[in-house]
Amino acid sequence: MKIALRHGAGGEETSQLIHDIFASHFQNEILNKMEDAAVLPKIDGAPVFTSDSFVVEPLFFPGGDIGKLSVCGTVNDLACMGAKPLYLTASFILETGLETETLEKVVASMAATAEEAGVKIVAGDTKVVEGNGGVYINTAGIGVRPAACNISAANLKAGDAIILTGTLGDHHATILTQRLQMETSLQSDCAPLNHMVQAVLDAGVDVHAIRDITRGGLATVATELAEASGCRINLEEEKLPVNEAVKGLSGILGLDPLTMGNEGKMLMAVPHSEAEKVLAILQSTKYGKDAVVAGEVTEGTGVYLLTALGSYRKVLPLRGEGLPRIC
Amino acid sequence: MREKELAAFLQQYKGRPLKLMEVCGTHTSALYRTGLRQLLPETITLVSGPGCPVCVTPTSYIDKLVEYAFTPGCQVMTFGDMLAVPGSKMSLAEARDQGGAADFFYSPEEMLEKAKAQPETTFFLAAVGFETTAPVWATVIKMAADNNIKNLKFLTALKTMPQALSFLCSKGRIDGFLCPGHVAVITGSEPFEKLAEAYGETMVIGGFSQPQLLRAMVRLVLESGKGHAGLWNEYPSVVKREGNAAAQKMVDEIFEAGDAVWRGIGLLPGSGLYLKEKYKEFDAGSRGLNEDRIPPGCLCSRIVLGDALPTQCPHFGKRCTPEHPVGACMVSSEGTCCITYREGGTT
Repeated sequence: MKIALRHGAGGEETSQLIHDIFASHFQNEILNKMEDAAVLPKIDGAPVFTSDSFVVEPLFFPGGDIGKLSVCGTVNDLACMGAKPLYLTASFILETGLETETLEKVVASMAATAEEAGVKIVAGDTKVVEGNGGVYINTAGIGVRPAACNISAANLKAGDAIILTGTLGDHHATILTQRLQMETSLQSDCAPLNHMVQAVLDAGVDVHAIRDITRGGLATVATELAEASGCRINLEEEKLPVNEAVKGLSGILGLDPLTMGNEGKMLMAVPHSEAEKVLAILQSTKYGKDAVVAGEVTEGTGVYLLTALGSYRKVLPLRGEGLPRIC
Repeated sequence: MREKELAAFLQQYKGRPLKLMEVCGTHTSALYRTGLRQLLPETITLVSGPGCPVCVTPTSYIDKLVEYAFTPGCQVMTFGDMLAVPGSKMSLAEARDQGGAADFFYSPEEMLEKAKAQPETTFFLAAVGFETTAPVWATVIKMAADNNIKNLKFLTALKTMPQALSFLCSKGRIDGFLCPGHVAVITGSEPFEKLAEAYGETMVIGGFSQPQLLRAMVRLVLESGKGHAGLWNEYPSVVKREGNAAAQKMVDEIFEAGDAVWRGIGLLPGSGLYLKEKYKEFDAGSRGLNEDRIPPGCLCSRIVLGDALPTQCPHFGKRCTPEHPVGACMVSSEGTCCITYREGGTT
């Protein structure tokens, strides 16, 4: 069956769609009450709240799909603040012509990812617009963190070690090869990282800052952190982890893995003395096996890369749309 | 370590002061990216040449594209870099913001399918580039002709390097040239060899990876430092003397040489590629786009000749930034002003 405008009109067809697809996959005691809004239990700690929208094309790609992405994106943003993600909302804008089987695959993928992350999808909404079978998803999420936690982009300190939890550019490269219809072994790294972060926090590490390396890539994320904290970040070219296939693709298209996005990698800033401990913890987790110490925070401003030749070059945030070069 | 030794040689160069030019925009970018440029001592000045296709496109070419973008039933398609290049009134990006139809492609080949899928739209493709890109355009035009796709039109601004290099050599202000490796893959090393011989210049063809660049730069500094004339091919893995015959044949079938205006340089006879008579129905009026209005004060024209550094331009970093480019060299990620602006403060 294809989605039509009547599925978003709020009548019987809308109820049927909610019942058949959303309610059947997102089962939990809060959502099951089907109230106008979810009533949540008292939260012990500082509530942390965020929202993210997802418009990826194609909807399905090696390593993930828009559903998985929409849960991971919000879960990871909460985890970056040192919060334990608890509840999500999921709002869908569906285009007419979308196959309900496709929608169900997306929803099932969201449910499986939410299960893995340990979050409940407790409210949602569906609208239908005229179009060509597309899906857009917004998720908002609430998490909780201890009142004493002060993880923040503005909290880098000179002497911190910069840790990357894995290889750069995988998601970006995967989406690009899909659009260009290239056959590669590339897989998106899209993953919920909250358990990985929790493992580090549970070990009592004084983590200063965490950012997920999404759009704009490491260059953009590191620049934002350096600016927010009034510090300089030095990265080491020879230590940056980049998958060979990503290296090859970026070479051909004139892209730089430093400005290519991930959906399952993070940058962490921790005191230098705790770097080895954090590395060991990360490497023991499912999504942190390739973690490395890739740089350090110093006094100053900006982000610099120590090149393999031993000179420093300025690392620049992504500008424009990240297009391949023209010759 | 061998590479560190080569780097140290450059760093410690104490011979006669050298003004060297990297001709290709991809080299400009790679020299920064690898950190090689940052290693050079004060005795070596590195200037960028006219080897960024966006930087040498005259304003009348942009104006023509803007005109098509506002023509009902027409859609302009370009490489992404081209969208922001200022025309005499506006750029394509500005035209798009005002309701004009202009967008970018990742690869020209994708336009064949798009044109077939939307027969009611006439697509105007901005075919810019040098010898490296010309074979791609030739292939696309050939396929459009073979498949009878009539709603694809090409506004060509394809240029060939030897004429521009010859112009630069005739000025005699550069001590050595790092020649464009990608162009040489297609043309072969022979055209560069002839130039080096005719003008008594030092020329080195180099690749783009860190070790390739390092080798080429060391060769260039060694030979030009001693005043040796000649061509050295330091990219022999892919650059042959005769070049890529298949690509040359493809280009010859579709295009013929004609005069072309290079932004900042002016008209160079025989330096452009235009569609042959047989394919003229695909041409969107590419010949004679010779008007080039450089904004007052803009030093682009001297910068692409290596006569001025970006920082010497009164607009640089003030009126002219990558977000609001005044001159073309500030637009492309391979334009020398853009790179210099963004890399500023490499300590």
